Amino acid sequence: MEVKTETYNLNQEIETLRNDSLGPINKWGRNTKIWIGCLLIVIIWGLYCYIQQLRAGLGVTAMRNYVSWGLYISTFVFFIGISHSGTLVSAILRITKQEWRRPITRSAELLTFVSLLFGGIMPIIDLGRPDRILNLATYGRIQSPLMWDIVSICTYFVGSSVFLFLPMIPDMALCRDRLTICNTRFQKFRKWLYTFMALGWKGTKSQWHRLEKSMTIMTIIIIPVAVSVHTVVSYIFAMTLRPGWNSTVFGPYFVAGALYSGSAGVIIGMWVFRKLYNLEKYITRRHFDLMGRIVLALTLIYAYLNLNEYWIPAYKMATAEGHLLTDLFSGSYSTVFWILQFGTVLLPIIVLSFPKGRRPLMILITCIIIVAGAWAKRYVIVVPTLLHPFMPIQEVPGDWSSYFPNYIEFSITAACLAGIFLVITLFSKFFPMMAVWEVEEGIHIEHDKNVAIEIRTKREAEEALLIRNQIQKDIEPKIQPA
Amino acid sequence: MEEEKDNSVNRPNRRNFLKIGLITGGSIAAGALTITKIISQEKKSESGVKRTVFTQDGKVFTADQSHLHDFEMPPVSNEEARRGIEGKKFVMVLDLAKCDGCKKCTEACQAMHFTESDREWIKVYKMRDAETTAPYFFPKPCFHCDNPPCTKVCPVNATFKRQDGIVLIDNERCIGCRSCMVACPYSTRYFNWNHPKVQPELANTAYSPEKSFPRKIGTVEKCDFCPEMIRQGKMPACVSACSMDAVYFGDQNEDAVTNASGITFKLSQLLEDNAGYRYLEELGTDPRVYYLPPKNRKYPKPDINDDSNDKKETHHMEMKGMNM
Repeated sequence: MEVKTETYNLNQEIETLRNDSLGPINKWGRNTKIWIGCLLIVIIWGLYCYIQQLRAGLGVTAMRNYVSWGLYISTFVFFIGISHSGTLVSAILRITKQEWRRPITRSAELLTFVSLLFGGIMPIIDLGRPDRILNLATYGRIQSPLMWDIVSICTYFVGSSVFLFLPMIPDMALCRDRLTICNTRFQKFRKWLYTFMALGWKGTKSQWHRLEKSMTIMTIIIIPVAVSVHTVVSYIFAMTLRPGWNSTVFGPYFVAGALYSGSAGVIIGMWVFRKLYNLEKYITRRHFDLMGRIVLALTLIYAYLNLNEYWIPAYKMATAEGHLLTDLFSGSYSTVFWILQFGTVLLPIIVLSFPKGRRPLMILITCIIIVAGAWAKRYVIVVPTLLHPFMPIQEVPGDWSSYFPNYIEFSITAACLAGIFLVITLFSKFFPMMAVWEVEEGIHIEHDKNVAIEIRTKREAEEALLIRNQIQKDIEPKIQPA
Repeated sequence: MEEEKDNSVNRPNRRNFLKIGLITGGSIAAGALTITKIISQEKKSESGVKRTVFTQDGKVFTADQSHLHDFEMPPVSNEEARRGIEGKKFVMVLDLAKCDGCKKCTEACQAMHFTESDREWIKVYKMRDAETTAPYFFPKPCFHCDNPPCTKVCPVNATFKRQDGIVLIDNERCIGCRSCMVACPYSTRYFNWNHPKVQPELANTAYSPEKSFPRKIGTVEKCDFCPEMIRQGKMPACVSACSMDAVYFGDQNEDAVTNASGITFKLSQLLEDNAGYRYLEELGTDPRVYYLPPKNRKYPKPDINDDSNDKKETHHMEMKGMNM
């Protein structure tokens, strides 16, 4: 009798979960429409600017011969950095069997997928001859760091798409089975989409087994791929002789920077979806607290590498490196440099060290500072080095010796950011933002654990009773004769 | 001026030797007997003079000037331009003791390659290594490094190193990623940010990586050591334009370099006598351009505090911070 009520409660709990997570799907409210409309305006304006850039050449940007890489390449590095979120949260927490990961894996994997998609577009936007992109296939040289980027980013993109898609399969089957009314064409399309993406999922034992097995394989594969991606992204800089880039610590420095900005990105995503879709029940304060600890740990690693990156050359002050560092520490970039050092290194360490700092709102603010700072930091890595070549900058047109992105670059970059938001928004209108089956599994495990505890306590109580009775039996006869 | 120098005792032989050597390389490559324009100019002034030339199959013969005529070389194929001239290792020597910063090299280069005024393939810097050291003029072409940082990073092999030491760019293959520009430690490369101005007379010129026109938008360009001139047995534009004889050009395999006056020197001797060096040797790029130090200068030193250009900056060694 007791066990039956438990099952009933469990079913009810799972039903609530399914309703909560599938609820926001296909709800095109007024705010959603305004939001999508705004994003589309930004994207269309960005496209217009890109067409201008295509027609007139990269001369419409603020880039010139000294600063020949600017906002586009900085943003490329930033987006690729954000894409490390999915790997970290999803793969590392999966592999270490952290139960609390369950409600946040989907959004982390999605963030990886989307930021990688747009991160990969950035260097293409930066190309002088995008029409010749196929030369990369016909004349490609594997000795070029740019080619390493292409290979590893493509590998990571395919990997993270699979990594996003695999755990979606049972959820797609759920969506397919729940979408019973198919009157309009749109509903028919959705039905077809879910059926297609579910790949004939029936939830049989062998299917679950295969899914688990492939997830394990992907989890193990994706971690080294992710590390390799940001390492070779740093190599497009580190493989040159330029002061500031000519650094052996650049690979790990970029990976650490990517991981900490990426996990900060996940926290922002968690906070937004929690608010928008009322998921407070699933994404709790505990999740923010634990993610905050992870970001704290990563910030400490980042701070350590940051120290190595600046302190070692700053102690020696070798000629060319010294001029760059003087400019960063006390020259024209010093304000930005010190704000970044304080805001993205010191501040997170202080705030996140205290439990109060890991509350949702505090952590959100900290993470926004981290993510914005990470973007600015990429810019400060790319641009000042280019303004400090070995040869002095002499007698050149005025706009060659300084750089600040102009409206074309800002518009195109903003369009890419809007693209990221648009894909995430559309995704959330078609697919559940929580991995329903994973959370379900968590509920089952929790339930099983409770049942097990109950059974054990019951058995222990029975045993204790039995022993007591036995003792009493043993003792009683002895007492009676007395 | 050239003819005059030809009459001097010791020099013409060496000069002809180099010139003929260049002609041979060029003619074998082009598959035709090449008589250079220099010879035809001489024919106009004094006819009836016998000249010794190489034929395509390597035979030497003497002919009267009037039998020799101009030969317009067809542009070499892309494969040929990528291979380079066999048996050659081109070098340039810049004598900082002689350079007076007149920028005639830059002007000649810009005229030769039809470059826009903001692009100085050979740029004359005003340098001072430290506040306590003397300033000097420093002309800087592409160094055509033997360990080139630029060609290494090119993802499509659009910029390449040839067997004769020259580093060129194929602007029909370049995708405009600008990896080579950020990789070059000497700020040698220029990008076609906008639609390049097309000179009407050049509009229909066939492109070859050996000449950098017609230019193409979204591609990189730089000093190319004038391979077209070399194939014709001529000196690069900057060399013959230098009125101070500060620029030498030649073949390392022959151990000979020649200046604008047609005086040929033994390269190794020249470097040894003048303590020749290469700029930023510690970077390990192995440049093909040598410098002779600016000692006993024969020109007024550059005015390093000249404020005629707001954006002008002195050499980084003496800079305390870069203004932007």
